[in-house]
Amino acid sequence: MPGAECQVPNDGSVTGAAGVPQSTIRDPQSTIPQETFVLNLGPQHPAAHGVLRVLMTMDGEWITRAEPVIGYIHRMHEKMGENRTWAKFLPNTSRIDYLSAMHYTHAFVGAVERGAKIEVPPRAEYLRVITSELNRIASHMVWWGALLSDLGGLTPFLYAFDDRELILDLLEGLCGARLTYCYYRFGGVCNDADDDFLRGCRQFVRHMPARLKLYHDLVTGNIILRKRLEGIGPISAEMCRKYGATGPVIRGAGVAYDVRRVEPYSIYPQFDFEIPTFPQGDSMARYLVRMAEMEQSLRIIDQALDKIPAGPVMGKVPRVLRLPPGDYCYAVEAARGRFLVRIVSDGKDVPYRVRLRTPSFSNLSLFEEASRGMILPDALAMMGTLDLVIPDIDR
Amino acid sequence: MNSLLSLLSLEPVRLLLYLVGICAFVGFNAAYLVLAERKIAGRMQRRPGPNEAGLGGWMQPFADVGKLFAKQIMIPPGVDVLLYCLAPLMVMAPPLICLVAVPFGDTLVARDLNLGLLLVFSLGSVNVMALLFAGWASRNKYSIISAARVVSQNVAYEIPMLLVVLTILMTTGTMNLNEIVRQQAGWFWHWNVFRGVWTLANPLMPVTFVIFFICMLAETNRAPFDMAEAESELVAGAFTEYGGMGFGVFFMAEYTNIVVGCSLAAVLFLGGWQSPIGVLSGPVWGPLWFLAKLYALIFTVMWVRWTFPRTQFYGLLNLSWKILIPISLFTLLLSGALLTLTHLR
Repeated sequence: MPGAECQVPNDGSVTGAAGVPQSTIRDPQSTIPQETFVLNLGPQHPAAHGVLRVLMTMDGEWITRAEPVIGYIHRMHEKMGENRTWAKFLPNTSRIDYLSAMHYTHAFVGAVERGAKIEVPPRAEYLRVITSELNRIASHMVWWGALLSDLGGLTPFLYAFDDRELILDLLEGLCGARLTYCYYRFGGVCNDADDDFLRGCRQFVRHMPARLKLYHDLVTGNIILRKRLEGIGPISAEMCRKYGATGPVIRGAGVAYDVRRVEPYSIYPQFDFEIPTFPQGDSMARYLVRMAEMEQSLRIIDQALDKIPAGPVMGKVPRVLRLPPGDYCYAVEAARGRFLVRIVSDGKDVPYRVRLRTPSFSNLSLFEEASRGMILPDALAMMGTLDLVIPDIDR
Repeated sequence: MNSLLSLLSLEPVRLLLYLVGICAFVGFNAAYLVLAERKIAGRMQRRPGPNEAGLGGWMQPFADVGKLFAKQIMIPPGVDVLLYCLAPLMVMAPPLICLVAVPFGDTLVARDLNLGLLLVFSLGSVNVMALLFAGWASRNKYSIISAARVVSQNVAYEIPMLLVVLTILMTTGTMNLNEIVRQQAGWFWHWNVFRGVWTLANPLMPVTFVIFFICMLAETNRAPFDMAEAESELVAGAFTEYGGMGFGVFFMAEYTNIVVGCSLAAVLFLGGWQSPIGVLSGPVWGPLWFLAKLYALIFTVMWVRWTFPRTQFYGLLNLSWKILIPISLFTLLLSGALLTLTHLR
């Protein structure tokens, strides 16, 4: 652990968003650590949800410095993208963030379509929106359950998975996979949705609001949960900009940054939905953003089901796909924030460069600064609200 | 036959029987409360819980214990071997001894001690030391953090608990647990939790019961106050380095502590073996009523665990120092003042 002993953050950087009560944040000026020790949290730790390792320099239970160590499941996705054809790399993208596979395949498919100028039929676009939003809800449910189990409440996990099962069944009927979907193809989607799927979606949209209310009644109003989250782990908009944090993290800091709205893609401009933001910047704000996002996703699905046209689900795609030389980007709003695929093509049938900009990586980057001066349980609660998926960080 | 009965009434034989009885009771409870907890958790989480071993899963405790016994007892290198081995014994022995003073029925008590309450509370504090030993000896950072937490948590929660017990002591005037139960004869409004309200001994008695229950949860390190083994923060806390039956003993002790805590709550506040409806009392019904109250309280403990998230450590200490201690002090003073007034009158 190089140079981590007895490092005191004396730059006074432990300041959160304005108006956030910081009762559990220690003033670094008043801290004269007599003795610090290094707590090696992970790579196997119940709170790390995978193989994240955090080297925490602790002063008692207070964190003076938390240094995330990543790379334990690095799988060279970018390099793999550079030595196989477009279609062969497509399934890889759904393994990057396994909880929001639809969004990730959407970004890659979108970038290739943009480069090859492939038209996507409208029915396919609607199906992409419906499945993307279903996937977002499923992902947020996993986050909700996992956060609560981080906080020691194990029951909500099972409640969330109970409802998530409905989504998984729907998507399984559509594309065969339950987690790492590869449903989107260049030029459309691989399977047309049958009436069962559309009816199932409609039922789910009707079923879910009552369940979300139940979630709120059971968990959100709970005094222990509010004490654990309110005012804890403040992340200001400046800090988000500094580290490039996106998604619910920046929306929890009061910035209405949502790729679906600021860089519209697919047919999202046709739908009427809100970007939930909460200005507090604390863990509770990030919690509420995700809970509100589930409702908004339901709204989008509802509208898409009303408007979905008939027609083909695959456009015209050349047999051998070659992108003209150039630089193509496509960003989507994944469940954890902005996911961007950048493809540099030199005209061959494999990409020259594939760059994946993943949201969890940026969201984790701010952990070191945000967790300084917090106590261990609060820092882990904050980490839970960042909703980290470790394969998404390492990719 | 007569000689057998006279043999049974001999003091050493009687004590031996109680020893066996208490050990059996504790063993049964530790085994089957784990199963009950898993079943209750399953029911609350919309899943069946353990249901493979035996009919409805009733053989599960045997499977668990068999597994734990079969595991190698491993002493990690670098631990303080003496304390490391002593800790499971120290955590298990006190609640066993506490049950000596707990009256299961009018005559069904191992030792009718005049200072039973004092015995239970003094032995209850040994638990902390055992966890401190376990945490210290394990030579693990999570364990040592957990040990530090356990000590401050138990110190913080012993104060309001003792203040509440003092309130009870002032209204009952005895430390004999059986005597406290005898005073609560009659219908359920004669129980201490309600009696203070209408006899004006202490109108805040239901509040003190709630405080006692919260403190009992904290003292036994149960969720939402399970700071000692907050698994998402400290892996398994003080027990991280224990495996096999060493861990199993800690697990049994946790449930035995719950049994002791809940039986104290039943004795002090809910009338122990007294019938809630005035009739159906006697040497057979008494223990049944006691067990019914005991298991109702234990069920509540489990219900709380599977409903609430864990409190934050400083929030936990604040709850005790800023809320529970002032309230329990106030009830103590109020009770004292009211008793003085009624006595003067």
